[in-house]
Amino acid sequence: MKISAHITQKIVFTILLLATLVVILPVLLIIFIIVRDGIGAISWEFLTAMPKMGMRSGGIFPAIIGTLYLVTGTLIFALPLGILSAIYLTEYAADNVLTRMVKFAIINLAGVPSVVYGLFGLGIFVVFLKFGSSILAGSLTLAIMVLPVIVTTSKEALDSVPQSFREVSRSLGATKWQTIRHAVLPHALPGILTGIILAVSRAAGETAPILFTVAAFYLPRLPQSIFDQAMALPYHLYVISTQVPNVEVKIRYGTALVLLVMVLSMNFLAIVVRSQFRKKQKW
Amino acid sequence: MHERGLSLRRFKEFVIESAIYASGVLVIIFVVLIFLFLAKEGLALFKTVSLSEFFFGKKWYPISEPPQFGIFPLFLGSLLVTLGATIISVPVGVASAIYIAEVAPARTKEILKSGIELLAAIPSVVLGFIGMVTLVPLVKTVFKLPTGLTAFSGALVLAFMAMPTIVSIAEDALNAVPRRYKEAALALGATRWQAIWRVTLRAASSGIVAAIMLGIGRVIGETMAVMMMTGNAARIPHSIFNPVRTLTATIAAEMGETVQGSDHYFALFAIGIILFIISFIINLIADFALHRKRL
Repeated sequence: MKISAHITQKIVFTILLLATLVVILPVLLIIFIIVRDGIGAISWEFLTAMPKMGMRSGGIFPAIIGTLYLVTGTLIFALPLGILSAIYLTEYAADNVLTRMVKFAIINLAGVPSVVYGLFGLGIFVVFLKFGSSILAGSLTLAIMVLPVIVTTSKEALDSVPQSFREVSRSLGATKWQTIRHAVLPHALPGILTGIILAVSRAAGETAPILFTVAAFYLPRLPQSIFDQAMALPYHLYVISTQVPNVEVKIRYGTALVLLVMVLSMNFLAIVVRSQFRKKQKW
Repeated sequence: MHERGLSLRRFKEFVIESAIYASGVLVIIFVVLIFLFLAKEGLALFKTVSLSEFFFGKKWYPISEPPQFGIFPLFLGSLLVTLGATIISVPVGVASAIYIAEVAPARTKEILKSGIELLAAIPSVVLGFIGMVTLVPLVKTVFKLPTGLTAFSGALVLAFMAMPTIVSIAEDALNAVPRRYKEAALALGATRWQAIWRVTLRAASSGIVAAIMLGIGRVIGETMAVMMMTGNAARIPHSIFNPVRTLTATIAAEMGETVQGSDHYFALFAIGIILFIISFIINLIADFALHRKRL
């Protein structure tokens, strides 16, 4: 009886391990394939030249720059708003209906499908506020989409600062804001930074929200203002792999590789920041 | 002087604290705005198209004359893909969560968790692309189909994309079960697996329900990968090996070609309302499950 329970355990644990491998191994395989088939396309020209011949040759420079603009724009809007909301939730929120509503709103924002953000951005920024299809409209749309990421990670970071830090500061006569500014925020900063990096990586990789708010199919020049359309890496990958026939496979893989490297290096950075922070954390 | 310095500081604090409150409220306003703007554009469709035509119409021919806006085939497409992805991702995802939370040694655990985070980070368009060049031809030859762009291929990729959500939330739920529960079971002579199966899993069940719900939410809302993998045929599917088109893919594929203020434009927003409501309900259920856990 006892032995059979142990054998059951062995079998079950093996199945659980296999299930985990089914999830993890394809990830490594995907990364391996993209690196193997994409590395050949990477050259100085590929990274810094305009696309040529209807995107069948040349480089992806405007798409890289477009994505950088979008990410920067997203941060300008989402960063202050996200961190302030997180401060509201951890430091100011009383246990009332408003707080519950804010929390539920954040959960909800996190669950709204990305293409619905695209519709919303089209409806409010492109059409209603007349920004047109532009970097401004795209950045605002992406900002609202990544807001929950920044709020939840910042909130976690703020929550992890011990209550005693606040009590000591307040007992020395500091006001509430002084306490937050000098006794809480500095300790939560690495955690907040992690959230910001993850938000950037999400904004850089999303396609559906920018489809109708900013993305240009083919625009072989750099955007001149925030009211210009722009190319973006994820949309470019979509376009050259489904909309344009006879694009060399190498170029597709190369574009995927650049996007992947961009996104994954940011995630890696986030992991490093977080683990450094955990090591230093004294409480 | 001192007085003025103090009042200036008070004023500064007042401004900052107002900004903090305003940010909190703004988050709520965004959700309301999303709904209002979807409703504003989407409900305009129903001036010309009846609700039953929209929901039960079997034909989605938005640009023929007269156009037909029946989302039934799209709804079936989403349902089929979601169902397929859920059937695959729930058992595999929960099993991985159990392995990572309860079985794996500490070092392995960290590596596996990084692997899951890596998966979560890969953009959906990259997964769609890789799926197109590897999985689609494979599905075509293995099942001897005329095309590999089917609901099944989409479901496979989506199952994969739902994993990080399911695994990480289920793992959190398992970790949140107090250690003493399991220790009590072990002390009574249960094997580790018996303790996991009979005690930890039961105690974490609402969190696991939340994980599954949010995983399903992720699947229903996914757009790019599913658009690239399922063949984009807005017809009623007869099996999971038919090409389909989901609600999300329809919006993404057609919005670029519509005229602003046309019925087609309104119809795509109406689909947006449906997606918004579905995700709202899913989050509501997940939130409810998570809160019950804490009691």
